[in-house]
Amino acid sequence: MQAIGTSSLPDIVFMLLIFFMVTTTIRETNKKVVIKLPEATESAKLERKDLASHIYVGAPIKGEQAKYGTEVRIQLNDSFRSVTDIRDFVAAERENMNEADRPFMTVSIRADINTRMGIITDIKQELRRCSALKIMYAARKPQVIE
Amino acid sequence: MARSVNEINSGSTADIAFIILVFFLMVSNMDSVGGLQRLLPPMPDENQKVEQQKVNRRNILVVKINEQDQLYAGGDYIDITMLKDKAKEFLVNPNDNESLPEKENKEIEGFGLYPVSKGVISLQNTRGTSYDTYIKVQNELVKAVNEIRDEFSMEHYGRKYIALDEDRQKIVRQIIPQNISEAEPLDLKAKKR
Repeated sequence: MQAIGTSSLPDIVFMLLIFFMVTTTIRETNKKVVIKLPEATESAKLERKDLASHIYVGAPIKGEQAKYGTEVRIQLNDSFRSVTDIRDFVAAERENMNEADRPFMTVSIRADINTRMGIITDIKQELRRCSALKIMYAARKPQVIE
Repeated sequence: MARSVNEINSGSTADIAFIILVFFLMVSNMDSVGGLQRLLPPMPDENQKVEQQKVNRRNILVVKINEQDQLYAGGDYIDITMLKDKAKEFLVNPNDNESLPEKENKEIEGFGLYPVSKGVISLQNTRGTSYDTYIKVQNELVKAVNEIRDEFSMEHYGRKYIALDEDRQKIVRQIIPQNISEAEPLDLKAKKR
């Protein structure tokens, strides 16, 4: 029986590798809060991922609870912040973008299901103050389709 | 010099590539960036006097969610499953009911005159409302608009809204706007910051 040629195997694997490198984005932030996104059937994909800045809202993960408690907190980039820091965060994110892309910046609010609207309202008000008006409530598409 | 150069052993290239592949699989996240997109109203200018926008009462559907996550829409407490139909009835107003929103004939580029509904859905919540319920309600409202758009597209173009080309989608968007307003939080106004 003739053996199957394996000399092209590295090439195939490299192809796969390049595919993954192109299609994936490297995780930029370490999540320090537990987030279970709500479900929404009408959830629409954002056309350009690079235009999104994320605000994480949720209870701190186990390892951080000793320091930050179990109350719902806001995480910007890599640290816990308060609502008033959103202004600087938005300004910095804007600065990092192409000038042409700036009007299309979308702030994605990734909040946990168990959050109360109070903190979300505060965030929304702060975003309005720094005129980042395009927002998105991050949500999962439910797996089961009716 | 005719020295035979030892060829580099390439047998392990596959293994090395596999290791890198696995590395990328682990550090990358595939989770899609998706959600409900919204446009916030701009902050009113402080120096400017707040003009009470005169909107006819029949043109507003007030949807409120209280601390107990109870839903109040258009005059009474209803279940979330009924909200979509209520919103659809409000936005379409098929029989030109007096108590439902009026329509305004608008010239739509590339389509012609169409009576566009003036209806606005006003979503209000308290600080104690749970985010989960809030998103569910938002979802139902978006679903209502999407279904009306789909029905319109099927009728006029024989295809669903999502399958239309961009120009037509724009036309449909103009004819059936997504007028969901997130009201100024009332409890925030009292508290000066």
